[in-house]
Amino acid sequence: MTDRMGDIRETDIRWHPTEMEEHDHGGGATVLGFWIYLMSDALIFASLFAMFGVVSSSYAGGPGPRQLFDLPLVALNTALLLASSITFGQAIPHMEAGRVGPTRTWLAVTGLLGAAFVGIEFYEFAHLVQEGAGPQRSAFLSAFFTLVGTHGAHVTVGLIWIATMLVQLGQHGLTGEMKRRIICLSMFWHFLDIIWIGVFNFVYLFGVIR
Amino acid sequence: MSTHSLHTPRDTDIGTPGSAHGHDSRRSYRIGVALSILLTVVPFWLVMSKALPNPTATAAIIFVLAMIQIVVHVVSFLHLDTRSEGGWTLLAFLFTAVIVVLTIAGSVWVMYHLNANMMPMPDAAMGPMH
Repeated sequence: MTDRMGDIRETDIRWHPTEMEEHDHGGGATVLGFWIYLMSDALIFASLFAMFGVVSSSYAGGPGPRQLFDLPLVALNTALLLASSITFGQAIPHMEAGRVGPTRTWLAVTGLLGAAFVGIEFYEFAHLVQEGAGPQRSAFLSAFFTLVGTHGAHVTVGLIWIATMLVQLGQHGLTGEMKRRIICLSMFWHFLDIIWIGVFNFVYLFGVIR
Repeated sequence: MSTHSLHTPRDTDIGTPGSAHGHDSRRSYRIGVALSILLTVVPFWLVMSKALPNPTATAAIIFVLAMIQIVVHVVSFLHLDTRSEGGWTLLAFLFTAVIVVLTIAGSVWVMYHLNANMMPMPDAAMGPMH
């Protein structure tokens, strides 16, 4: 009998820490739900990558990747987005320790790097349109603008989310809800960097090798 | 209450993996940062310096490096493992990965063969249709 009591208590103890851990990370259900959203977003990008893959050599007599893509600029953009992913990772331990100041600083740095990324992408798109290589020029360019533009739109949404977090951190501090929001935002931001791995390798680098 | 004191050492035992997990995740993050920088620089260097004369070999290496980098990011930055959320995140990820591979590889494969097997259509043949 006493043995059995001991068994029950052991299982009790074994389960409690995991529950506590979930509360610490701000609600397991939300994080899992957000993960499912990211996976469905990955499917949207999969269909855009598939479309780009199918028409990636349909230039319709227009310019191809070798004439259009400026690799040093793409390398700079890739570096900016990767750096922003790393700076977001710097904010997380400060957030978990409840330090509002450093969390805001690292989030702001992440936002600035992200804004620079979007700015350079706008410049690149404007430059292409100016050269007569807009989305209406060929199937290749339509697919390129759709894929890269959808990624850029996601990064822009991420920037709005970062700005919102910076304001709300000032208003509420690091409450449980705020931690949960920032954890979801960090997943979103890292996810966008993973999509960019596909973009810079399979759109830009593959295009130039071809 | 006296039984509680018996369990106290066990409580501290359980506390340790939690803190070790935090330490592990920082370590995994630092390894991820180093690998992601390396896996970004190498493909750009291969293409921009034209280090390999054979474009097919360059493409194959870039493809493999990109796949490795995606796994590195998912593990070190998104903290995907078999334990988080009782394994559901891993299950959802694997399901998504299967659909992504089927969608992209399937589309490219089918449409390539469709193009290759199309009868060449001279411009004159299209005339009466307009």
